[in-house]
Amino acid sequence: MHPAPSVILFTTFSGMGLGLLAFLGAGFPTPQGLTAFLHWGLAYGLTVGGLLASTFHLGHPERAWRAFSQWRSSWLSREGVAAVATLLILAPMALSDIFGLGLPRVIGWLGALGAFATVGTTSMIYAQLKTVPRWNNWTVPALFLSYALTGGALLAGQSTPALAGALALAFAVIFHFQKGDLALHMAGETTGTATGLDRIGAVKVFEQPHTQPNYLMREMIFHVARKHVPVLRLIALGGSSILPWMALFLVPLSPLTFAVIAVIHLTGAIAQRWLFFAEAEHVVGLYYGER
Amino acid sequence: MTSLPTHVEKQLGLVIDLDTCVGCQACVTACKGWNDHSHGLSDADPYGADPSGAFLNRVHSYSVQPAEGAAQTINFPRSCLHCADAPCVTVCPTGASFKRSEDGIVLVNEAACIGCGLCAWACPYGARELDPTEKVMKKCTLCVDRITDTSLPEEDQIPACVRTCPTGARHFGDLSDPESKVSCLVEARGGYDLMPGMGTKPSNKYLPPRKKDRLETSPLAPLLDIQATGFAGWLDKMLGKLS
Ligand code: SF4
Ligand code: SF4
Ligand code: SF4
Repeated sequence: MHPAPSVILFTTFSGMGLGLLAFLGAGFPTPQGLTAFLHWGLAYGLTVGGLLASTFHLGHPERAWRAFSQWRSSWLSREGVAAVATLLILAPMALSDIFGLGLPRVIGWLGALGAFATVGTTSMIYAQLKTVPRWNNWTVPALFLSYALTGGALLAGQSTPALAGALALAFAVIFHFQKGDLALHMAGETTGTATGLDRIGAVKVFEQPHTQPNYLMREMIFHVARKHVPVLRLIALGGSSILPWMALFLVPLSPLTFAVIAVIHLTGAIAQRWLFFAEAEHVVGLYYGER
Repeated sequence: MTSLPTHVEKQLGLVIDLDTCVGCQACVTACKGWNDHSHGLSDADPYGADPSGAFLNRVHSYSVQPAEGAAQTINFPRSCLHCADAPCVTVCPTGASFKRSEDGIVLVNEAACIGCGLCAWACPYGARELDPTEKVMKKCTLCVDRITDTSLPEEDQIPACVRTCPTGARHFGDLSDPESKVSCLVEARGGYDLMPGMGTKPSNKYLPPRKKDRLETSPLAPLLDIQATGFAGWLDKMLGKLS
């Protein structure tokens, strides 16, 4: 799949932002006054910024409000509903922290649940697609949820959940690569099944149906230079999980070190997210003899 | 609503005969022409260096090597299969994509489409393309604006691609009726689904190419054994000596 920058930024930023929202909502930490303003501001900024970035790839962003209507069937619609609900539920909690209004924390807990539910719906947009075997499994929700947990905990300065998140992330990243590399083969689809001509013999493209690449080929067929894959995978795994995990043990923790670790984590997350798209093979490529 | 209908009164669709399709691309052109005139199907940079455009029907060409005998060229038209379990419909966040309960046709309400492209991701068959200028999703409409237009002459009240196909490789009809012409054709010729593993339950069916006759030996082979006599025989002998 084509790794569109807007979607990569949206999923990484909003995932991290929603993670931070969850921690702030749950009251870990409970900052006050200006610190609260900065914390909540960062969380809202990342989440809303990410959501806005996601509208950049729409053909008609001005109709985006329509996307709230089909929550009964569509994960993309559910994501929109969950995101807006979470942002609305947490708004009084944020104001309460900033201005010391003393509202009950249970509102924040509800919002924290909403934040993780939103991340879950985002992951299901990808995981539901049978057409992209690399995504069509449990490793995708595992990835997105552990990214939100780790990124949110790092920004919230919470070392224990960050350690747990980074550990979960290591497994999710590795399983996603490992399962993903076999996924297309396991799905059993080939140019033969795509055309049904496997009942006659071995199928090979003789001539392409058009001379210029079309929308489908630009969206769904992407080739990653094989030699770059191991390096990128290492950056993804090391940056998002292993380095932050080691740093949490070795470095004296302060807001500054947390910030530095969060940036390293974000770099890894972006590398992972790029590969997530770039390496994903859509079965429509089979019609073109490509994957 | 992007929930699928629980019941369709009938299921219109196409049956495509891979035995007779000659890959002439007439259906591609007819489809493009009809749909461009009716509700727009644009091209980007059509006369420039990098032309590209939306099409609802594409004709591929494959070379298939059977276990024995010569390879075959098989032309393969690809358009929306109007699936019973259409994933393109359920993923749509806006309700723009829908399947009609009256005839099973899968359509896009272009005024509600945000052009997110998720339906194109969800379709295994590459049946949806984003219009490069309108920025909304386009797909085969089964020519709803022909098949229901009673002001057209009766022979034109069928899809443009079916009407135009010079070899009659495309058949249009009700696939939910076991007595219909198309259903009988599917039954008789072993019509099949594309990628059944994707769980889409396609309505359109493909008829496999018929088994080819095979030349065991060249029909000219007996001529090779004819013994020349007379002058021709003498010439044959002389030439044989020279070579
Ligand atoms: S062929 Fe593709 S676009 Fe058409 S109904 Fe099936 S899934 Fe949807
Ligand atoms: S591109 Fe349009 S029709 Fe397709 S899923 Fe998005 S809103 Fe629905
Ligand atoms: S039925 Fe109409 S829209 Fe569909 S492929 Fe044929 S000509 Fe194109």
